Order: sequence, then structure tokens, then C-alpha cells
Amino acid sequence: MAGRILTEVAIVGGGLVGCSTALHFARRRVPCVLLEAERCGAHASGVNYGGIRIQGRALAELPLAERARRRWGRLDRIVGADGEFRATGHLRIARDEAEAATLERWALEAARHGVRCELLPAEVLRSRFPWLGEGFAAASYCPDDGQANPRIVTPLFARTAREEGATILEGRAVVSIERTSRGFLLRAEPELEVEARVLVNAAGAWGTAIAAMLGEHLPSEPIAPNMLVSEPLPFKIEPNIGMAGPGIYLRQVPSGSVVFGGGRGSVDLERRRCRPLFATSLSTIEEACRVVPELARASIIRTWAGIEGRTPDDLPVIGPSTVVPGLFHAFGFSGHGFMLAPAVGIVLVELVLDGHSATSLEGLSPSRSTSVPAIPATT
Amino acid sequence: MDEPADPPDTRFGRWVRLDGAEPEGVPFTIDGEPAEGRNGDTLLTAILTVRPDLGPLPPDRRVRAGFCLIGLCQDCWVRLEDGRRVRACTTPLEPGMAIRLETSDRAW
Amino acid sequence: MVKSDPLVVVVGAGPAGMAAARTLVEGGLRPLVLDKQPAPGGRMWQQPAGSRQPCGLPGHDAETAERARKEFLDLAERIDWYPGTTVVDATRGRLWAMGPGGEVDETSWDALLVAAGALDRVVPLPGWTLPGVYTLGGAQTALKALGCAVGRRVGFLGTGPLLWLAAAQHLVAGVEVAVVADTSRWTGAMRALPDLLADRARLALGLRCLRMLRGAGVPIRRGIRAAAIEGGENVTGIALATRRGPRRFACDAVAIGVGLVPQTQLLDLLDAPFDLDAESGVWLPRADRAGRTPVEKVFVAGDGARPLGAAAAALSGERAALAILEDIGRPFDRDRAARLERDLERHVRFARGLARAFPFPAGLEAGIASDTVVCRCEGVAAGAITAAVRAFGCHEVNAVKALTRCGMGRCQGRLCGLAAARIAAVTAGVALAEAGRLRAQAPIEPLPARVRRTAPDAVA
Ligand SMILES: Cc1cc2nc3c(=O)[nH]c(=O)nc-3n(C[C@H](O)[C@H](O)[C@H](O)COP(=O)(O)OP(=O)(O)OC[C@H]3O[C@@H](n4cnc5c(N)ncnc54)[C@H](O)[C@@H]3O)c2cc1C
Ligand SMILES: Cc1cc2nc3c(=O)[nH]c(=O)nc-3n(C[C@H](O)[C@H](O)[C@H](O)COP(=O)(O)OP(=O)(O)OC[C@H]3O[C@@H](n4cnc5c(N)ncnc54)[C@H](O)[C@@H]3O)c2cc1C
Ligand code: FES
Repeated sequence: MAGRILTEVAIVGGGLVGCSTALHFARRRVPCVLLEAERCGAHASGVNYGGIRIQGRALAELPLAERARRRWGRLDRIVGADGEFRATGHLRIARDEAEAATLERWALEAARHGVRCELLPAEVLRSRFPWLGEGFAAASYCPDDGQANPRIVTPLFARTAREEGATILEGRAVVSIERTSRGFLLRAEPELEVEARVLVNAAGAWGTAIAAMLGEHLPSEPIAPNMLVSEPLPFKIEPNIGMAGPGIYLRQVPSGSVVFGGGRGSVDLERRRCRPLFATSLSTIEEACRVVPELARASIIRTWAGIEGRTPDDLPVIGPSTVVPGLFHAFGFSGHGFMLAPAVGIVLVELVLDGHSATSLEGLSPSRSTSVPAIPATT
Repeated sequence: MDEPADPPDTRFGRWVRLDGAEPEGVPFTIDGEPAEGRNGDTLLTAILTVRPDLGPLPPDRRVRAGFCLIGLCQDCWVRLEDGRRVRACTTPLEPGMAIRLETSDRAW
Repeated sequence: MVKSDPLVVVVGAGPAGMAAARTLVEGGLRPLVLDKQPAPGGRMWQQPAGSRQPCGLPGHDAETAERARKEFLDLAERIDWYPGTTVVDATRGRLWAMGPGGEVDETSWDALLVAAGALDRVVPLPGWTLPGVYTLGGAQTALKALGCAVGRRVGFLGTGPLLWLAAAQHLVAGVEVAVVADTSRWTGAMRALPDLLADRARLALGLRCLRMLRGAGVPIRRGIRAAAIEGGENVTGIALATRRGPRRFACDAVAIGVGLVPQTQLLDLLDAPFDLDAESGVWLPRADRAGRTPVEKVFVAGDGARPLGAAAAALSGERAALAILEDIGRPFDRDRAARLERDLERHVRFARGLARAFPFPAGLEAGIASDTVVCRCEGVAAGAITAAVRAFGCHEVNAVKALTRCGMGRCQGRLCGLAAARIAAVTAGVALAEAGRLRAQAPIEPLPARVRRTAPDAVA
């Protein structure tokens, strides 16, 4: 498809953020063209851990996360299938008293937002979750959190967006962007030019580079969370599990495999490649076996990593550019944007078309000061 | 040359030992029942010469009996009583090994 | 592990790896050789269990095998030999290996030779996941190394020289052969004759196997168009669609295979490039005639580069070792290298003949029924692949894997990857190359979660 396309909205990046944005522009009958360098869901959105949790999030993310959670619950009505989303609950485990205090603080804040969160003292942990290892100080449990299958959710959004009229072009890498009298001129390879009035930067870990093409400095560093999966095992772990401090995250998928992650792999942003690191995998296995000791009986059959952009304050950058009119950013999700993405698309469309959204993005906008560190929250 | 299919005779074991196997027996157990393999056997050899299969394996609980015999298809993983899981075609039989094929429980 | 300077690591101690190790020692190096098997020998010269000694099997020269193993073990003081050790991950300059006790160890390398051999290629057929169905190589291993037959009455199904060899070996070992059913036709073999004459000994062996099977009255069917393995809980027979109509043969075990696929997972982890061999539909690692891949200091030899047989594997292992010596700046014998390349040419020609005589039955693979299981690990049927391709308009096999779980199981798509790619390509109406190849992921074999890293002071 060599040549030039004229459209209203151009979206760079076919992750879940870009695809859900395309879907909602299409639903509002606004012509849009999404350019994806590889395949929709090829990066973070398609290879992430699949954790859908509100628990432990920074407060600035809560309004967006709550809207996203409502959307996860009716994914079948949005994209025609449930993406294997299950509200299995999310268990967050504290190793010591200090971490237990973190759980309590978060539960209090959550209550103010109407998020259900149950604090569990050490004594009840093993009776409620018999597969759990010993020696943990406390846990908290959010029954409305859950998990989904990242491999199918983005393709579902892409397909639905296409069906509803969005133009989604895969294998088209945007290599330069210029401002024109009409808005933006994007050059993509192989040979394609797209001219649009509005530009959405949903380029994930490459979002900083896209912003830089238009002279805007929005820092993020590429990270590659390191993931593992066990052979299929009889099903017994219902909730999605995370740690209060830094550490592993683990869930058992319906087919029986235990998917877990922790630590980082290596990443090469330019070559668009990343890989898990064996040493990281080994320490993650060791730690996962402390959380679920019986895992030591199983075999690990695969490891992988995914490329994600991490901002200095671990919060995504969502909203209009402070320097370029018509440019909107949504990137830098810092390891926890899969859960948010189904709401990010609709909120962005509201911002672009209506000038405002009912969902507060305070603390997430490109204009925020990033000097204040937020509560760290990874996956 | 077309013949009706005979039911297979796998009551005692799927595999047949050919001449040349050592006479020395190596005792082991399957689901608690005593069995005997031979010196030099892999676990897979020892099991399949006395049993028809290795029982079902998740995720689809298909009954397996090995396939490639060189450690590549992974169709022969079995559980030992001590909780270890081993690949039967690449694991040498050791005297006293206790194999658990029975998987009605939900143990990993 | 031990560290010598420069450190050349050889993965696999089959004919290719053993020849390479010897050549490297001659060149003044002390290579580190790893093989997941407890003894050297690889596929062809495998150590039989205990004192079991198969004798008189056609195409199996126990003495040569034993001599090769002994020669290798005689090197033991001049190499670092780690049997029972599986390499599970490799990056530039480093690799991870798992030892017999489940301990894992990291080691560095200056040059790496991957001589990992090949695995039978199989076409998914109705019933191929029943207990009692084995790969041809598996059935052969049972016979040659384990002293067992995989059943009382074995049917042989597929195509290739191994089909006939394995059947004849079973016959000689006293196992009843129910049928030899080959998808190829006599006419192809006739056309391949000029190339097959490149290795008269192997041609003669093939003809001898054929005569033995015929002489024993074993039913032989060629030009098979469709096949199914029958049975409920166990194999009960093979049903064939032959040119003369349907035929059924009772048996309690079936050995299947349609050729060999190089085991290239480690090369894949090292980012080595691959090219599609159009004739067979197999992706082969890119390498020059000496076994150099485009990845610096990474070499490939033997069946793992291109399945040419044991003799060629040894030649290519030796050739690759010379290339390693050359590339690390050691003296090496140029004439010897040229001679080896010439000798290998003959094997390439013979292999071309084999490919023509026993063409890959692409039609069988492309015409798969929707309820036939493709991925035996995850239980994914062909229909799930075609449905995903149609629903999402994708055909790249890694995308198909992500949507369907096909190739996501314990074997990492070793057995289903090629079939899944073809089914996706045929469904989408694109060329096979467009479907790509399943990418390998570490660990390339299941890693027990109880593994522990060897104490740091033991690590080089
Ligand atoms: C291993 C891992 C585990 C994670 N686990 C979780 C989790 O459990 N829960 C959770 O909520 N979040 C998780 N995350 C984070 C989550 O996956 C991401 O935040 C989210 O998917 C980001 O979506 P995205 O669309 O912004 O990015 P991506 O999915 O990365 O999409 C960006 C796309 O932009 C394309 N692109 C880039 N540059 C260009 C260009 N120049 N031209 C055209 N296209 C371009 C890329 O090819 C890519 O497809 C995890 C992330 C990783 C990597
Ligand atoms: C199924 C099959 C049956 C065959 N039957 C015959 C026959 O009957 N007659 C005949 O002439 N030829 C036969 N061949 C061909 C012949 O065996 C081969 O050509 C020859 O053995 C190839 O030698 P190689 O060294 O390349 O590989 P192999 O002999 O296969 O040796 C490869 C070695 O690498 C090891 N290895 C692989 N991966 C790893 C890893 N990650 N870590 C550590 N070690 C590893 C393996 O354990 C193996 O010992 C057969 C081949 C196959 C695959
Ligand atoms: S039978 Fe294939 S791995 Fe054991």
C-alpha cells in the first residue's frame, strides 16, 4: 500500500493502548489510521503476565484503573469475547511487618475509593491458601482483581477496531514525523505517508523516541520484565499473586501452567529485541518456590521477556502534549499498563473529541512534575 | 492381507524384551506394587515392559507411553513418590525407585 | 566448569561432535564437550544399555560404534568431557548447562560448535497421539539400545530410508512387521537413482532391506494418500488409503516418521539466521561449507546442520573443527579442509537423491482433518489453527502459537512447529516461508524447578 493516506487521527503503536484507542475512534465514526511496526500485540501487550489488578496501584491511577476494571468485566460486549478474563482475586503477600504496614495503608486508601480489599493476618493464610509457603507476615486480598490472557486480548481489540472501520496497518514502522499546516505528516516504512490532524503516541517503550521526533522530552527507560512458565499441572491456585515489596508475581492459568515473573531480562530498544536472562530466571524460580513450595516438583518449560517503557516516577504519561497542539501521549506504563489499557483508549478519545474526560488523569499528564516519587507498583 | 484388528495384549506390558537383556533384576515399585526391571534399563523401559502406559498427563490428561525415546518430545514425565518428577526415557532405573503413575489426586 | 584458553565448547558427542573433539585436540586445544546422554555416540553410535548388544541388524555396525566411542573416551584426559549434561540456554560467549544431578552451571566460550543432531519429523495423523505410536527413531532406539520392541506387532508408516531400515531391523530382531506403508512411489526412487549412486553402500543397504522385507512376506504399500492410526485406549491398527482403495492392518504399535529435522534451538537462541529448504519445508541454519554460521564464532555440524547421515556427520564435525582452528588463529591443514568439503559433496548428492526418492508428503500435512491433534503437548487440533488464522487474519506461526497454544507445551513445538506453519500458510493462502518458524525459548528442555545453581566458586 505505497502512497499517502489522509485521515483525522494517526496512532503510532498497535499495543493494547493503540488498538483500544483505534476502536473507540472508530466507534465515534472518526477516521483513524493505526501504524504498527510489527504485529498488533507483538510487544508488551501480547507477552505480559496477564495480571489484572487494582491492588497496590498508585493512587493517581485508581480512577483510570476502576474504569478499566469495569470494562474488563464486560469485554465480551466490547470486543465479542472475554479475553479469558476471570475475577480470581489478587493476593498480595507481605514478608515482614514493614510490608504488612504497606498493605494496611493501601487498604485504607482503597476503602475510600470503594475498592474491596480484605486484610489477612498470618494465621489464616495457610488455612485459606493451603499451597502457600510458610513464614509470611500477612497478606491482603482484593476479590475483584483477576487475570486475563494477554495473547488474545490485543488481537481481539485490533480485529474489532478493524470491523468497525479503523484502518490498522501492521508491518509499518514510523520513521519520522513532521508538523504540517494540517497537523502531522508521518513517514512509515515500507513506503507510506500518513497525514493527520491529530496524533496519538501509543508506542510503548518507544514513546519517548516518538515524542522526541516532535521535540518533546518525556523520559522513560526500556525495561524487560523476565517471565517463566511451568509445565501444565493440576489446577489449584485460584488467585493472582503478588508481593507487597519487590518480588515475584505468579498465577496458574486454566490449562494448568503456572506463569510467573520477577526481575529483568536484557533489552535492545533499537533492534526491538529483548531476552530473558538465565540468572534472573534461576533466582525467580527460587523465590517462587518459597511462595508456592510445591512448584519445586514441576518443570519450567519456557522463559521470555517483553519490552516496556518505565518512567522516572513509575506512572504512565497520558494526555495532551504540553508543547505540540494535536499531539496526545499514552505510554510509559512502567510494567502495569495491560490492566489500564482498555480504559486508556476510551479516555483518550474523550480527551481528543470532547476536550475532557470524566475519568481523572491527575498526576498522569505529560505536564506533571516527575520529581515526586510515587508508590512503586510493578505488575 | 486385510485382517480384522486384534485387540492388543498389553495386560502385562507394552514393550517386549528381546534376547540379550541381563538376567539381574532391579526391584522398584509402581503405585506401591513391586515390579522388576533389569540392570541398564531406563525408567521408561522398566515401566513399559510391565505396564501398558504411564498414565495421563495434564493439560488434556491424554494417556502417554513415550514417543521419541531421546528426551525431546517430553511425553514420558513421571512422578516419584518423593515428589520428584523425572523424564522416564532419560532417567536410569535405580533399585528401590518408587514410581507414582496414579494421578487421581491433585498433587503436583 | 573448567576454563582453558581459548575455550571451545562442543555441544553433542555424536559422530559430529566426537570427530570435532578429536580434531580440536590434534590442533592443540582442550575442548569442553557436553552431551545430555550418559555416554558418547549420539544417535547412530549410541551405547546399548547394560550389556545388551544388538547383533546382525542391517545397517548397524556395533563394532564401528564401539570403536568410535572408545576412541573418544581415550581422549578423555585431553578434553573436558561432561556426559549427562544438557545445554539449556546460550548467549554470545556464555552458556548454561544442567548436569545429571539437576545442578546448573554457567560457562563462557570463545567458540561454540553445535552438533546437536536431528529428530524425526512427523506428520500429524488421526490417532498419532495414542499410546503405542512411536517415532521411527524411537522404535529404533528401543531395539538398538534398550533391547526392547515397542510392541508385538509393529506397523511402519511414513517415508524415507529410515522407514525401511527400521522395519528391516525389527524383522531381523524377530519382531513381527505388520506393514510398511510409504507415501512415496517407486517412480520417484527410479528418478533419484543417479544421485543415489553417489553412495553405493547405502543404496545397497536400502535394497537389501527391501529384499528382506519382501522375502519375509511383509505387506508393503507405497503411494499412500491418507493414513490413520486406529484404536481406542491403545493402537489396534493402521488404516490406509492406497491407490487400490482402503486397506487395514492390525498391529499393537506403530512407528512413524517422514524424515529428520535438525535440532537448532541453541542456534536460534544465539540469533543465527535460517533459510527455508523449499523442497522439504524444513528451516536449515545458514552456514558455509565449513559449518560457520553468520554469528561470530558459532559453528554447526552433523545432522543438526543438515541431516546427511553418520559418515557425513563425522566429516562435517572434523571440517567445522578446522574452521574453528582457523578462526581463532591456530594453524590448520588447508588441504585436509578442502578434501573434507569434497567428500561431503558426495553425501549432499546422495541426500538430494533421497529427497527425491522419498519426497515429503506435503499433501498429507496440508489435508489434515480439523479434529486431528497437531500439538500433542497441549492437545491443540488442526481446526483451532485454521479457526485462529481465519478469525484474526494472521498466518505467522508464532502469532498462531500465541492464539492457540499450539507449540507452547513441554516440547516447545519441536514436533508440531512445521505442521502448524504449513496449516497456517495453506489456510491463509500464502507461501510456506511467510508462515515463518517457531522461535525457540530457553530453557530448550524442561528445567526442573528444584534446580540449583552450582556454588559460585565452582563456576569458571
Ligand atoms: C513481561 C511483562 C509483564 C507485564 N505484566 C503486566 C501485568 O501483569 N499487568 C499489567 O497491567 N501490565 C503488565 N505489563 C505492562 C503492560 O504489558 C504494558 O504496560 C502495556 O501492554 C503497554 O501497552 P502499550 O500498547 O503501551 O505498549 P506495547 O504493547 O509495547 O505497544 C507499543 C507498540 O508500538 C509499536 N511501535 C513502537 N515504535 C513504533 C514506530 N516507530 N512505528 C510503529 N509502531 C511502533 C511497537 O511495535 C509496539 O507493538 C507487563 C509488561 C511486560 C513487558
Ligand atoms: C531418529 C534417527 C535415526 C537414525 N537412524 C540411522 C540409522 O539407522 N542409520 C544411519 O546410518 N543413520 C541414522 N541416523 C542418522 C545418523 O544417526 C546421524 O546422521 C548421526 O548420528 C548424526 O550425528 P550427529 O553427531 O550429527 O548427531 P547425533 O548422533 O544425533 O548426536 C547429537 C548429540 O547431541 C546431543 N545433544 C543434543 N542437544 C543437546 C543439548 N542441548 N545439550 C547436550 N547435548 C545435546 C544428543 O544427546 C546427541 O548425543 C538417524 C538419525 C536420527 C535422527
Ligand atoms: S519419550 Fe520423548 S522425551 Fe521421553
